[in-house]
Amino acid sequence: MTADQQNAGWVADALRVHEEQAREEEARGTRHGSPQPLPGTVREELVLERIDRARRSRPRVKEERITMSHGAGGKATQTLIEAIFLDEFRNPLLEPLEDAARLQIGEARLALTTDSYVVSPLFFPGGCIGDLAVNGTVNDLAMSGATPLFLSAGFILEEGFPVADLTRIVRSMREAADAAGVQVVTGDTKVVEKGKADGCYINTAGVGSIGHGLDLGVANAQPGDAIIVSGPIGDHGVTIMLARGELDIEADLSSDTAPLNGLVAGLLSATPGVRALRDATRGGVATILNEIAKAANVGVLVSENEIPVRPEVRGAAELLGIDPMYVACEGRLVAVVKQDQADQSLAALRAHPLGEQAAVIGQVTADPPGIVQLKTAFGGTRIVDLLVGDPLPRIC
Amino acid sequence: MRFVDEFRDADKAHALSAKITALCEPGRQYKLMEVCGGHTHTIYKHGLEDYLPEQITLVHGPGCPVCVIPMGRVDDAMALAAEPDVIMTSFGDMMRVPGSNGSFFDAKAQGTDIRMVYSPLDSLKIARKNPDKRVVFMAIGFETTAPSTAMTVLRAAAEGLDNFSIFCNHVTIVPAIKAILDSPDLRLDGFLGPGHVSTVIGCRPYEFIARDYGKPVVVAGFEPLDILQSIYMLMLQLSRGESTVENQYSRVVPWNGNTVALKAIGQTMELRPYFEWRGLGFISHSALKVREQYAKFDAELLFSVPGVRVADPKACQCGEVLKGVLKPWECKVFGTACTPETPIGTCMVSPEGACAAYYNYGRLTRHRVKEATTS
Repeated sequence: MTADQQNAGWVADALRVHEEQAREEEARGTRHGSPQPLPGTVREELVLERIDRARRSRPRVKEERITMSHGAGGKATQTLIEAIFLDEFRNPLLEPLEDAARLQIGEARLALTTDSYVVSPLFFPGGCIGDLAVNGTVNDLAMSGATPLFLSAGFILEEGFPVADLTRIVRSMREAADAAGVQVVTGDTKVVEKGKADGCYINTAGVGSIGHGLDLGVANAQPGDAIIVSGPIGDHGVTIMLARGELDIEADLSSDTAPLNGLVAGLLSATPGVRALRDATRGGVATILNEIAKAANVGVLVSENEIPVRPEVRGAAELLGIDPMYVACEGRLVAVVKQDQADQSLAALRAHPLGEQAAVIGQVTADPPGIVQLKTAFGGTRIVDLLVGDPLPRIC
Repeated sequence: MRFVDEFRDADKAHALSAKITALCEPGRQYKLMEVCGGHTHTIYKHGLEDYLPEQITLVHGPGCPVCVIPMGRVDDAMALAAEPDVIMTSFGDMMRVPGSNGSFFDAKAQGTDIRMVYSPLDSLKIARKNPDKRVVFMAIGFETTAPSTAMTVLRAAAEGLDNFSIFCNHVTIVPAIKAILDSPDLRLDGFLGPGHVSTVIGCRPYEFIARDYGKPVVVAGFEPLDILQSIYMLMLQLSRGESTVENQYSRVVPWNGNTVALKAIGQTMELRPYFEWRGLGFISHSALKVREQYAKFDAELLFSVPGVRVADPKACQCGEVLKGVLKPWECKVFGTACTPETPIGTCMVSPEGACAAYYNYGRLTRHRVKEATTS
C-alpha cells in the first residue's frame, strides 16, 4: 500500500464515522442545519457531546508507522497502549494501567513494574541515565504504595561506547539504589552495531511489597478530594531540553530525579486518606490530572496560582512556548487525598526534604466528568487536555 | 516573573472588563476579529473570554502561519524532502501539517531526513556540517518570520554556501485582511491588529482599513491584558463612531516598522503575482519568492517541484474558519473526524490554529464554565 492510499484511507474512515454520526443525529432531529435551527449555545453543547462520544470511542492507531508522538506520553501514547498492548495482553491485573501491577502470591502482595530509559544526553545537571533508571522504577513501585525491594537492570550498549561512561552510569545506579534501599539482583547485557543505538539504553524492572489493606488507584478519586503536588514541577524536562544545547538558553537548573519511596512512606503512615499516587513523568502533571479525570469519571479543577513552578522553568517554558504542566518531572508525585485529610497530608509531605514545597493545587469535582479545568492566573478558565505528542515550540 | 506577571494581573483585568461592558450599547452585538493566531492562542490559554460580555464575540482570523499553507505546497515540500541527499529542515509547527501524502512526521517515520529547527540559522549550521548534503529550509510565516529567512539567505550568500536553499512560502498579511473585508459572508466591527507582524511592517499598512472600510484597528500585544486593553480601545472608538488605527503594543511596535528588517526582505525576496492560501483560494500579491539574484538559494528552481494544486478534503471547512465565518465547533468534522491527533485541516494542527485552541483549551460553553467554577 502506498503512503497516498493509507492516508486517504484514514481520512475516508474518519469522514465515514462522521457521516454515520451525523445521520443518527439527523434522525433524532438534533443535527445542526436541521429545518428549525437551534440557538447557538444549544448547538455548541450538542457538538461538544458529539466530541465527547468520539473521545470515548474505542481507541485505534491510525498511523501506518510509529512516530515520535507515540513515545511522548500524551494522547498518541495512550492510544498506542490501549489499542495495541492492552488489546492483546488484556487481563485484570494490567487493565487499571497503573504505574505498577499489583499481584497476590500466596500471602504476599507484590507490586511489579518495568521501565526503559533512553534519555539524551546521557549525563545532565542533577543526574544521568543511571540514577534515572533506578529512581524511575523505584517511584513506579512507591506510587502503588509498595516498599521497593529488588530491581533488575538490562543494558543495550552501542559498539564504541566508552567504558568509562558505562562505569560512571553503573556507579550512579548503585548510589541511587543505596539511597532508595533497593538492590539490583539480576541483569542482562546486549551490544549492538555502531549506529543501531544511541550509546546506552537501560531497562529496569522492580518488585516491591505492598502493605496490608492498601489499595491506591486513580479510579478511587471522588468529588471533593484534594489534589496535591509534592514540589515544583517541570524541572527535569526543562533541564534536559537545555542540556541538549540546541536552544542557546542557560539557566541554573538541575533535574529533580530522586527516589520518592521515603516521601510516600511518610505520607501513608501519617494519613489513611490517600486515594491515589502518581509520579508525574512524561506528559507532566497535566497528563496525570487527565488520567484521574478519565479513570474515575470525575472533573478536576486546579488553580494555576497554586501550582509550584520555579521561575527558571517558567521563564524557559515561556520562551519556548510550552506549558510547564506538560513538562516531565522525575521526583514529583501527584496525590489524591480525602478532603478532610488534605492538611494532614500536606504536613506529612512537607516534613520530608523532597516534599518541602508541596502544595494543594485543586480538587476533584463531580462535573464535568472526564475534563480537567484550570483556573488561570489571569482569572479565566480553560481546559487542560492531553497533548498529542511532544510539546512543539511556537514559531512566532 | 517580571515582564510577564504584570500583563496577567487579574485585578486589572476585572477593572478593564467592567469598562468594556459599560461601553456596550444595549441590544448591539459586536464582532471583533483578532487577525493573529498568537492572539487566538492567548485568548484561549488564559480563558480571556470569561471577561467579555456576551454581546462581544471574538472572531478568529487568518494569521496562523501553518494554517494558511495549502495542501499542494505541503506535497511540494514532501517531494523536495524525498530528493536524493536532501535534508529538509522545518519549524516544529509544520511537522504535523497534513498534505495529501501525510505529514513531515509521517515521512520522517518512513526514513526521510527531516529535522526540526528553532531558527533558519540552525539550518545553516546543518548545511555547514553536511557539505555532501543539500539542506532545504521550509520557510513559512508572515512578515514576522520573513526577516530571519532573509537574513539567513544573506548570510549563506556571504559565506558562499552552495548546499543551502529555502522553499519559500512566506505570505503577507494585508492582502488576506483585504480579502476578508471584501468577503460578503462576514460583517465585522473592528480588528485587533497582528502585533508581531507589525513590529516589522509597522501600523501604516492598516490605514486603508480605517479609511476605506470604516473599521477601527488596534495593533495588540500578546499578553492577556494587552488583548483586553485593545478590546477596550476598539470599543471606545466604536462608541464614539470613530475608525482609526491605534497602537496598543507601542512597547514593541514602531509606527513605521523595522526598516532594517524590511530592507533585508526587499533585498532577497519579491512579491509573487499570486499565491494559494488554504481555504481562502488564490490571493494576488500575497506571498513572497526568492529574488532572481539569489536564485541559487531558491529550492523551487534547484529542484523540480510538482506544483500541483490539491483540493482540501471536501468535509474540511478550514477556509470558513480562517475567514471567521464559522466558529471552530461549527465545522462539520470538528472534534470527531478532525482532532489534534488526526488533523484533517490545518487549523487543527498549529497551537495558533483556532480549531486546536478551541479543542485543547475551550471545549466548554461559557455557561458550563460558570456552573463548574462557581459550585
